Amino acid sequence: MKEVNQPKPKLEGKGLMLGRPVYADDLAPQNALIVKVLRSPYAFARIKTIRTEKALQLPGVACVLTYKDLPRNIITRAGQGYPEPSPYDKFVLDEVVRYCGDEVAVVAAVSEAIAEAALEFIEVEYELLEAVLDFEQAEGNRSVLHPEPEAHSKFDIGMDASRNIAASYRMNVGDVDAVLEQCEVVVRDRYYTQAQAHVMLEPHAISCYLDMHGRLTVVSSTQTPFHARRVIGMAFDIPRKDIRVIKPRVGGGFGGKQMTHGEPLVAAVTLKTGRPAKLVYTRREVFESTFSRHPMRFDIALGATRDGRIKAIDMNVLSDTGAYGEHALTVVMGAGSKPLPLYNKVDAVRFNSVVVYTNHTPAGAYRGYGAIQGLFALESAIDQLAEKLGISPAELRRQNMIAEGETSPIFKIMGEGGEGVAMTMDSCKLDYCVRRGMELIGWDRKFPRQTVGPNKVRGVGMALAMQGSGIANIDMASAVLKLNDDGFFNLMVGATDIGTGSDTILAQIAAEALNVSTDQIIVYSSDTDLTPFDKGAYASSTTYVSGNAVKKAAENMKRLIEIEGALKLRVAEGEVEFDGTTLRRKDGKGSISLKDLATGLYYHANQKQLVASDSYVGQKSPPPYMAGFAEVEVDLETGKIDLLHYAAVVDCGTTINPNLARIQVEGGLVQGIGMALYEEVRYTEQGRQLNNNMLFYNIPNRLDIHHVTVEFAESYEPSGPYGAKSVGEIGIDTPPAAIANAVYNATGVRIKDLPITPEKVLMALKQRRQ
Amino acid sequence: MKINVQLNGLALALEIAPHEFLLDVLRRYGCLSVKRGCDTSSCGVCTVLMDGVPVLSCSLFAAKADGHSITTVEGLQREVAELADFMTAEGADQCGYCNPGFALTVLAMKRELAAPTEEQIRHYLAGNLCRCTGYVGQMRAIAKYLGVKE
Ligand code: FES
Ligand code: FES
Repeated sequence: MKEVNQPKPKLEGKGLMLGRPVYADDLAPQNALIVKVLRSPYAFARIKTIRTEKALQLPGVACVLTYKDLPRNIITRAGQGYPEPSPYDKFVLDEVVRYCGDEVAVVAAVSEAIAEAALEFIEVEYELLEAVLDFEQAEGNRSVLHPEPEAHSKFDIGMDASRNIAASYRMNVGDVDAVLEQCEVVVRDRYYTQAQAHVMLEPHAISCYLDMHGRLTVVSSTQTPFHARRVIGMAFDIPRKDIRVIKPRVGGGFGGKQMTHGEPLVAAVTLKTGRPAKLVYTRREVFESTFSRHPMRFDIALGATRDGRIKAIDMNVLSDTGAYGEHALTVVMGAGSKPLPLYNKVDAVRFNSVVVYTNHTPAGAYRGYGAIQGLFALESAIDQLAEKLGISPAELRRQNMIAEGETSPIFKIMGEGGEGVAMTMDSCKLDYCVRRGMELIGWDRKFPRQTVGPNKVRGVGMALAMQGSGIANIDMASAVLKLNDDGFFNLMVGATDIGTGSDTILAQIAAEALNVSTDQIIVYSSDTDLTPFDKGAYASSTTYVSGNAVKKAAENMKRLIEIEGALKLRVAEGEVEFDGTTLRRKDGKGSISLKDLATGLYYHANQKQLVASDSYVGQKSPPPYMAGFAEVEVDLETGKIDLLHYAAVVDCGTTINPNLARIQVEGGLVQGIGMALYEEVRYTEQGRQLNNNMLFYNIPNRLDIHHVTVEFAESYEPSGPYGAKSVGEIGIDTPPAAIANAVYNATGVRIKDLPITPEKVLMALKQRRQ
Repeated sequence: MKINVQLNGLALALEIAPHEFLLDVLRRYGCLSVKRGCDTSSCGVCTVLMDGVPVLSCSLFAAKADGHSITTVEGLQREVAELADFMTAEGADQCGYCNPGFALTVLAMKRELAAPTEEQIRHYLAGNLCRCTGYVGQMRAIAKYLGVKE
């Protein structure tokens, strides 16, 4: 392999560092109206009256829009395939506001100062409704968030809006209760995961204008341009042919930009005024008025024989989707479908889940997508079981975890929002990952704890993870390749690089298939007018799903080149060989360079443009695997936790670009470490966010991160492009449980609700002493 | 009102409003490398150099730049390109949004600290957050760029 499995530099890396104007706000028209949004100060209220006259009279104000000015079309902003497995429960602007930060009115003015002033002049009278702020009290609460008759789902997702249930799902294999009954050792416990904020450094930014044909053009920092086009069309009853969505460079997404947030708001202004408009979210808006991770509560029971065979897993989940149900069902299913097949030798598994509405900032897609929540609970419980059995946690996992050539019935039963697909693990190097990770962390020397001072103890802990590679049988990607007159290529993909380096990775795949060098491929990604359809950047799908599409398209292109070459060299098809620069007759009696062939095709004889395309839908979603190991030092006097070392060994198949794969894992790990130790979106009793800025919401900084080791298992996934599986999400999945387990091994206290703060550790230590 | 600055080596008189922050003025005058990531001086994405010293342009009144020299990535293309080679060779770049501010801080550090240790580098750059890379890749790149021994 010449071009793949090579650490090529990211194509646009230099340009980004040189500060070239490439992000949505950089590209917004100079004369764009500035859009500002009036947001609800209340968690749950009905707008009794809203008066905009005074705001409209302010010089420089171009428009003020309320629910009265927009069509009452119900949508979901989820940014998933169609029909979406998320409830339709959102109006672009509504008479009812359902969380602090919900949209009340939209203002557009010639300057930011005027737009902000205009917000002050909008007079709103609210009728306060009883807010539902405790997700454990939401189901069947007398206060109902979505009584509106329009709220519905496109198919059965277990929604019951009258009981504040956005979605629900249950499944079982075997009779869990009966098997648990027979188990010699059982652990049961309850765990909580918190709302985490994405904190991509580029805030959501959108600009809109009408092009010369009067078509609405939207430039958005989105992960899903094609879904955004569909949602905007549905929101305003405009045919999709009249909308174009362009994705420029995106300054990070992590799932937060999978959904349409500001796009319909800015579109509404441009549609109303005919003028260009832009909206750049403030950081506070990003926190309060986009999405967070779904907080969840897990009740888990694990049953095993004395000698450590895990026989039954029972998982019961309550998830908080906040005010709207984006990704309600699919994230909660991820909490089961990803963790549960890890222990595939069980007799019975049960998964039961309910996702409730509350008057909090909505939850949505976020890297790890349910798996990280479920794995925290499951991998904590596995350690508890190991202790009860008196077996080392590594040994218990080794005895019970999935291996190459094996399967799990759960693959077939649970997909994302519906049934899954049966899969046998053609690639699974989990065994190697565990072994190597133990070496890297020094497990045998360090487990479970070492005392390093009068008040300092160190401990190691581990956790496993698996994710998926795209959504099988649903999500489609496609690619178009164009040969240019000098012998270089344009690769057009709808795949959406949001900073992961996917443009580079796809170029490498195309180059490998064409047998040319990667620098001969110029990538153009994500413009709904110019690039072919792609579901977007989510579900760890780009390398696998889009990569396969690119590979097929490039193979088609290679065939076209060889056909034209044969014609030119006057031999039958199949009698020429292409080595990347030159086409040669197999009999050695003639050759032509690609450059000359292309020049001929475009300027001289037999003139024609060579274009190749293809599409791909995954028939399966091969999971990448990972074993994560944490070494922590805990100060027993203060509860302070220092993460000394995190070692991760990942099986993501063949890495198309080892450098970019490593950085993906490292970045994911640090986000996972943030979730484990620092991050939590917190609310007041009135439902306002307490830490709606980066001063009080702490993501890990450079000083928090000491020593991180990432390695890859040698692995090959036959269904992936050149053996690749996904790597986008897996990195985030293990830190919460591995760190919780390490803290337990160090101190003997188990923190079951994230994040693991010094306060919680200290309180638990105190309680234990009493 | 007007302020007089050396912007990327050019003497300029910039028209500003009294309450404007330097970040907004710089972007208005075409220095689009300067980004905003937060509203609370917490992320370092907006870093520019004032008289060679890193400052947060999101919270510095433009008026305060009067009489000073301001440097953005637009003014240091050659130096930044050199650093960028190390970053891309390491794969230490992802979305790139934090990169211009980060690059300026690294260049300032290079001038300020002779042979810094990893610990000193970490401290110097602590205010420059990155949500994508997890920092260790950036560290590998800087260490090579500065010739720091492990
Ligand atoms: S924009 Fe975050 S510190 Fe200036
Ligand atoms: S590369 Fe995305 S924030 Fe640093």
